[in-house]
Amino acid sequence: MIKLYDYVLSVNCYKQRLMMSILDVEYETVPVDFFPGWEHKGEEFKKINPLGHIPVIDDDGYILWDAHAILVYLAAKYDPSGRWYPTGDPGLLGETASWMLFAEGTTNTASAARLCINLGYDFDLEACQAGAHRLFRVLDEHLWFREREGREWVCSGAHPTIADIALFPDVVLSEEGGISRLDYPALRRWTDRVKRIPGFEGMPGIFPASQGR
Amino acid sequence: MAGANSECQNGAVLDQWHPLGAIDEAEPNVVHVTRLLGESISFAVTPEGRSAAWRTRGDLAAGMPVDPESVAGTLPSRCEFLYVWTSLGDPPERSFEIPEFFEPDRRNFNACTIGLHTSAPRAVENFLDMGHFPFVHDGLLGSEPRTEVVDYNVHVDGDTNEIWATECQFWQPAASATATEGQMVDYIYRIMQPYSILLYKSCPAAPERMDLIGLFVQATSEEHCRGHMFLSLIDDESSIGHIRRFVQTIFAQDVPIIENQNPKRLPLDPQAETPIRSDRASILYRRWLSDLGVTYAVIPAA
Repeated sequence: MIKLYDYVLSVNCYKQRLMMSILDVEYETVPVDFFPGWEHKGEEFKKINPLGHIPVIDDDGYILWDAHAILVYLAAKYDPSGRWYPTGDPGLLGETASWMLFAEGTTNTASAARLCINLGYDFDLEACQAGAHRLFRVLDEHLWFREREGREWVCSGAHPTIADIALFPDVVLSEEGGISRLDYPALRRWTDRVKRIPGFEGMPGIFPASQGR
Repeated sequence: MAGANSECQNGAVLDQWHPLGAIDEAEPNVVHVTRLLGESISFAVTPEGRSAAWRTRGDLAAGMPVDPESVAGTLPSRCEFLYVWTSLGDPPERSFEIPEFFEPDRRNFNACTIGLHTSAPRAVENFLDMGHFPFVHDGLLGSEPRTEVVDYNVHVDGDTNEIWATECQFWQPAASATATEGQMVDYIYRIMQPYSILLYKSCPAAPERMDLIGLFVQATSEEHCRGHMFLSLIDDESSIGHIRRFVQTIFAQDVPIIENQNPKRLPLDPQAETPIRSDRASILYRRWLSDLGVTYAVIPAA
C-alpha cells in the first residue's frame, strides 16, 4: 500500500490526499511532526528525503517527493481513464504541464503567506501576498473565459486534471494567508466545482460545498 | 512608569504576563524575536531554563548568540508552564497556578503555536464556546443532530478573580486522540487572565482526573495574535506527534471561523452582538474584561 509521509496542515500533502481520495487509491499516512517538531528537518527523515521536505510517497519501495511530481505519478499510474494526466492528448498535456508550473507560483506565494501568518515562517509576507494577487488575477480571468466557452476546469478538456488539484489548495486556503478572494468571482465558482468532484475530501480549514438540492 | 514608552497604553494589559514562545522550541543562548502588543520583543533562554526578554535592539539581532543573563535593560520575564513570559508593565509576582502540571505522570508539551488574524480575546472566546462543536468540528468534538449545550454554571472566583465555567457537558464522537467511541464529556473552563484560558476535560485514561488544554494567547497587535496550545495530559499511549496532529486538526478547523468574525476586536458592549443562552460564559468574559479595565484588542463599551 502507498505510504504518504504527511502533515495534516500542509497544502502540498493535502494535494496528495485529495488526489488519492478522488482516484479511490488506498493509502496509509505516516504522520510527520512538521510543526513544531521539525521532524522533516531531522537526520532520520533526511534518509527518506535528503531535501528534508514533505510530502513523500513510498509506493511499495518506489520513493518520490515533490508535491506536483507525485500528482503526475499518481494520476499516470492510478487513473486508468487517463484523463487526470492526459498523456494521450499532447495539447492538453502541454496545458496541464503549464498550469502545474503556474501552481508552483501559487504555492510559493499564497501558501507561503499562510506559512508566514499561521506558522510564523520568516518570509516577506507582503511580497507573498502581492504575488498571490497577481497570479489569482490571471487565473480568475482565465477561468472566466473558460466559463464563457462552457468549460469548467483550468485546462481546456471536459474533465479536470492534476492542474486543478495542484492549484485548488493554494487558492482555497488563501484567506489564511490574508489574501481575500472577494475580487475573484470566477475563482470562487471554480473552487465550488472542485469541491463537487466525486470523491472530494477536505482538510481542516476547508468547508465542503453545500449539497445541491 | 509602566507603559510610558509602550505602543499599548492600557495598564490592565501591560501589567499582565504574556507568553512569547515555547521554551523547548527556543534554541538556548540565541536571540529570538517576536511581537507583543504592537512592539518587537526579543528573548533568549539558558539551557537551564532561565530567560531574558527585552525590547528588540540593533546590537542583538535575531539568531545572534547571547548569554541571556548578561543582557542589560531587560523586561520582567519568567519561564513557566512550558513558555517564556514577559510583561511590558508592572506584573504581579504570580500569574496563575496550575497544580496539576507538576503531577509526575502527566505529559506536558506545546501542541502548536499558530498565528491568527484576529484579536486575542476573539481567540479566547472561540475556545470558550461549545456551541460551534457540531458545526465546525463535525465527527470529532460534536456531531449533528446532538447540538444541545446543556446548561452550565459560570462565576468569577472571589479569591483569584478568575472566571470558572463548571458542569459543562457535551456529547463528542471523538473527544481526544485516544477516543474510540462517542461519549458525554465533562468540561470545566477557567479564564485566568484576559488572554489566557484553560480547559479541564474528562480524561479517558483516568476517569477520576482531568486532562488540561490551555490556550495562552500572545496579542501581537490589537488584531493579530499567536495562540500557544498548552497540553497537560494523562496519556502514556499516544505519541506526541499523534496528539499534536489531533489538536492541530481541531485548531485549523477553527481558523477560518475565528478570522471571519468582524469586527476583529472583541466588542464589550452587551448590545453589540446577540448572545444566546449557551453564551453565558462569553457574556461574563466580556463583562469581566470591562471590569478589569481592558481596552486593548477590544471595542470598549460606550
